[in-house]
Amino acid sequence: MPLNQALVGTAYPAIRYEVGREKLREFAIAIGETDPIYHDEAAARAAGHPDLPAVPTFAVVLSLRAGQVVYGDPELGLDYSRVVHGEQEFVYHRPIRAGDRLLATGKVASASAKGPHELLTLETEITTEAGEPVCTVRATLLSRGTAPPRHASGA
Amino acid sequence: MSPHVDLTRVQVGDTLPEVAETIERLDLIRYAGASGDFNPIHWSDEIARAVGLPGVIAHGMYSMGIAARMVAAWAGDPAAVKRLKVRFSAMIEPGQTLTAKGEVAEVDGTRVLVRFHAEDEKGEKVLNKGEAELEL
Repeated sequence: MPLNQALVGTAYPAIRYEVGREKLREFAIAIGETDPIYHDEAAARAAGHPDLPAVPTFAVVLSLRAGQVVYGDPELGLDYSRVVHGEQEFVYHRPIRAGDRLLATGKVASASAKGPHELLTLETEITTEAGEPVCTVRATLLSRGTAPPRHASGA
Repeated sequence: MSPHVDLTRVQVGDTLPEVAETIERLDLIRYAGASGDFNPIHWSDEIARAVGLPGVIAHGMYSMGIAARMVAAWAGDPAAVKRLKVRFSAMIEPGQTLTAKGEVAEVDGTRVLVRFHAEDEKGEKVLNKGEAELEL
């Protein structure tokens, strides 16, 4: 089933995320990051951070949760079992750090056919609860074999 | 604070210290838990084979996390990283070693563009067209 183009640009309800130190350490360990600034508060402060900073790709944790809200919309018509991760981009306004209370709002930024497949870009805007921009995350997914047949589209 | 690059010496063509990780199945299970990405193709051979894969494969974002480590370590500060982008171009399985490699592509004042990729032992690119914008 092709993706529902009418939903491009629609923002879904935000998820809330409170950033804890142990979660940041756990994620840093999971990617093999041992630099003390990601683990030790004194080292982080000495490096000029108000608290433990997240490693740059930590923002994907919020983007995954915001994405679940988007992909879970039956109106979108995304079959997640057909999905392959194509590209990933993060634009950072400031590092995520321990103690942050964040909101992550997902939207379908684009959906287009590419041969027999479709490309979907999920954009997640991460801000503080007060509205300070933190990170913009873009994940481009390839939905295999779901493009509408071209001969039937009249195009 | 970590030792970091000296901005006054950064030049186009400089290479970043490589980061290499041999990927074990436990690493993928740990990454699944830490990231919240529990797609079974990253931990169940049975399910991975049922969808046509040779067995479990690493999360693309696990590989990107390792490449981002290289970039942040070179910059010495995660706050210096302003943008990161990659294309996922091949799968990598447990037992293989992923190596991230990067090079300074542009220097404009305090703004530096690094191009990077990550490859397996055969030199096949697992991450391709990586770009990192840094403010040093």
